[in-house]
Amino acid sequence: MKKQKLIVIGNGMAGIRTVEELLKIAPDAYDVTVFGAEPHCNYNRILLSPVLAGEKTLNDIILNDDDWYASNGITLHKGRKVVAIDRRRRLVRTEDGLEAGYDRLLLATGSMPFMLPVPGRDLPGVIGFRDIRDVELMLEASQKYRHAIVIGGGLLGLEAANGLKKRGMAVTVVHLLDTLMERQLDKPAADLLKRALEDSGLDFRMEAQTEAILGHDRVTGVRFKDGSETPADLVVMAVGIRPNVDLAKSAGIHCERGILVNDTLQTFDPRIYAVGECVQHRKQLFGLVAPLFEQAKVCANHLAEYGIARYEGSVTSTKLKVTGIDLFSAGEFQGGNGYEELLFQDPARGIYKKLVVESNRIKGAVLYGDTGDGAWYFQLMRDGTDISAFRENILFGQAHLGDAGHGADNRAALMPDTAEVCGCNGVCKKTIVDAIVQKKLFTLEDVRAHTKASASCGSCTGLVEQILQSTLGSDYSVSPAKKPLCKCTDHTHEEVREAIRTENLKTIPEVMRFLDWKTVDGCHSCRPALNYYLLCQWPNEYRDDPQSRFINERAHANIQKDGTYSVVPRIWGGVTNPRELRAIADVAEKFEIPTVKITGGQRIDLLGVPKQQLPAVWAELGKHGLVSGHAYGKSLRTVKTCVGKEWCRFGTQDSTKMGIDLEKMTWGSWTPAKVKMAVSGCPRNCAEATIKDFGVVAVDSGWELHVGGNGGVKVRATDFLCKVDTEEEVKEYCGAYMQLYREEARYLERTAHWIERVGLAYVQERIVSNPESRRALYERFLESQKSAQIDPWAVLAKESERQHFEPLRKVG
Amino acid sequence: MNVMSDWIEIGRIEDIPRQGARVVATPAGNVAIFRTLNDEIFAVRDLCPHKGGPLSQGIVCGKRVACPLHNWVIDLASGEAAPPDEGRTACFPVKLENERLWLQLDRPE
Repeated sequence: MKKQKLIVIGNGMAGIRTVEELLKIAPDAYDVTVFGAEPHCNYNRILLSPVLAGEKTLNDIILNDDDWYASNGITLHKGRKVVAIDRRRRLVRTEDGLEAGYDRLLLATGSMPFMLPVPGRDLPGVIGFRDIRDVELMLEASQKYRHAIVIGGGLLGLEAANGLKKRGMAVTVVHLLDTLMERQLDKPAADLLKRALEDSGLDFRMEAQTEAILGHDRVTGVRFKDGSETPADLVVMAVGIRPNVDLAKSAGIHCERGILVNDTLQTFDPRIYAVGECVQHRKQLFGLVAPLFEQAKVCANHLAEYGIARYEGSVTSTKLKVTGIDLFSAGEFQGGNGYEELLFQDPARGIYKKLVVESNRIKGAVLYGDTGDGAWYFQLMRDGTDISAFRENILFGQAHLGDAGHGADNRAALMPDTAEVCGCNGVCKKTIVDAIVQKKLFTLEDVRAHTKASASCGSCTGLVEQILQSTLGSDYSVSPAKKPLCKCTDHTHEEVREAIRTENLKTIPEVMRFLDWKTVDGCHSCRPALNYYLLCQWPNEYRDDPQSRFINERAHANIQKDGTYSVVPRIWGGVTNPRELRAIADVAEKFEIPTVKITGGQRIDLLGVPKQQLPAVWAELGKHGLVSGHAYGKSLRTVKTCVGKEWCRFGTQDSTKMGIDLEKMTWGSWTPAKVKMAVSGCPRNCAEATIKDFGVVAVDSGWELHVGGNGGVKVRATDFLCKVDTEEEVKEYCGAYMQLYREEARYLERTAHWIERVGLAYVQERIVSNPESRRALYERFLESQKSAQIDPWAVLAKESERQHFEPLRKVG
Repeated sequence: MNVMSDWIEIGRIEDIPRQGARVVATPAGNVAIFRTLNDEIFAVRDLCPHKGGPLSQGIVCGKRVACPLHNWVIDLASGEAAPPDEGRTACFPVKLENERLWLQLDRPE
């Protein structure tokens, strides 16, 4: 088949990113030709500021060199400006008369700096700050001249001013309003920023309106509305950008402020697409890089004729580093209008934080100086989490000190290259920085895939984000508004569950078909999730798919690094007896099990069992009444207890019996992630119930229930759910809590993260204040337990099942 | 001719679950025999190029398997790790004739 012709007008980040996405999914679909007005390859425009400041060279910021275009068979016309599109004949024409035909056309013409319509704006020495040419002009000027004026106190203006100052010029920043960066900062934060920049040597003229640029052969100064004049040898206009729509307009393509596109990035001419700063989508214009990359992905999908992706706009937060100062803003950060404002100020440390809140939900945030918690606040904002349970502490941050990247504003920047960032995978800072630079990574997901940093336990995520930010420069923004379940779909966990429920989907292939899965049979991320969601939605009916389970749950044992397994029988409430211990000892001897270990959950672990031996080990244990402990599953693991009032002189209730009762009720249930419980007999809490997913602490007058704790990577103490009087109530609340978690948490989300996402207040509302809701959940839990409480070891130890554990054949 | 260069019969296709694997034990270690959703058969050394994990125990999707130890994804046809990871495990010729599976052990590719 003859290849179609794709012409891309615009050799910048959005256009080339779209081509890269297209090459990934349909490398042979098009002959691609790229026209760029600038005489350069695609470079990282965000990094022009560090180039101006002398921190990077032009070579450092090239994203795609000539070789890249050549090796991908792309024809590149550098320095050739397209001046006309003939839509009827489907061809484009350049300034120097070259014509080229297209089947599909992609407009990525970006934006232009807005030049104030004042007299003298065309004088030499008056420039914008947009491309390499502008930077070269500024560098030239800084060598010959002394005085610079930057008009515009937004991000770009301040970066230009900072760069020029570093190059030795005396710089005055002129701003129309009384607030710097008013689109990202409120007045107090802006004032802090202004003071810090003044201390570093910049001058400011606030609330000043430019009337004219003075000069004859070259700019000599600026006159303001109030009649005053300031001398200048260079004037940089950074008052805003304007989508570059002239070409599209002249071709009759419908434009307003930008080129109008729909959710597939298509313009009003179906053969013509547009991405980046030149487009207007759902009334929005774009200036940050993250939304452009999302658009690129969607547009590529349609160019490749897959036709399934939609761009639905981006909710972005802005994380910026302006001249070394960390800033973060998101949402309705100005406040006012009936919103509440939570404030934290520490002028001596240069820290300011403001959260804008409505009905206990975050609507916006401004952070100055310490932005470590920006991602957390943003998440709470997007999820609409009820923050009432931790409102009094929220401004102090997520309380994850150390590796989480919080606590020190500039920790990432100050770290030596050799410092280990990710302790799980042994990744040091330099490895991450090199990968970001050499492989052109822009997102946390990219960094994870390439370096494995923060890909395991995730506790260094904040730190990795900081490194990404400090390496990429000032404009690093976290984006996608919704996170798909995995790469096989655009749907979220919630959307998938909703479809299973409302569309009566009963098998994994049915779900995949209905939701247009992009892969034939999913991946190792989505299949286990779908299996769980179906099992949870259709208890007693869904037929479990072992091939969609991780090996531990398929083999009902824990795989070890050498491929052998570990076996942990259930020891109810941590209480055992000589008969059981003897049985375990006999099994260990008979099968020559190399390691026998007491676990943290009051059980015994038999380590080093080869797969073929598992059924025989289970059969032997089963003879003595020992059953699977599910130590391998996303399921109820262990219920830890103390000895309680039967023995302990402080005990107030029979915590051991309560623990056994809870374990008998909940064992065998599958859950989104592992669930651990504990019951302590008095507030001394020897069973450590306050770091469990569900913890019970006996007091003289009844039982305290605690939820959402875990030990491990990030210790999280439980939240206090409520206090109840009777044993029966403990069980009812426990079952209801289990079921709420089972039905509403995302697969692999521990209770701690789930509660942080939905808020304790929500869990209390469903379980404590609404008895009907609680009882309905409890009943659904008991119902689903009916078919769940079958010992899998007994089933798999049968002769008929043993072949699954044997080699297909032995040779030699 | 070496005896080992012959095709060895290793079993029937129903002995392996769809989207699953079984191993053939050999003196040189296990060879994992995979069966995909569409009944394609592949044979690779049961050893992940990363840390030696038993690939036969992984989740099979399309013509790929995710190693059970650290989730490296290995292409069953080529034995190559999916980028950005780098590494390769050996593949063996395998064929299906009249519902019977045949494996050739002395010619890893």
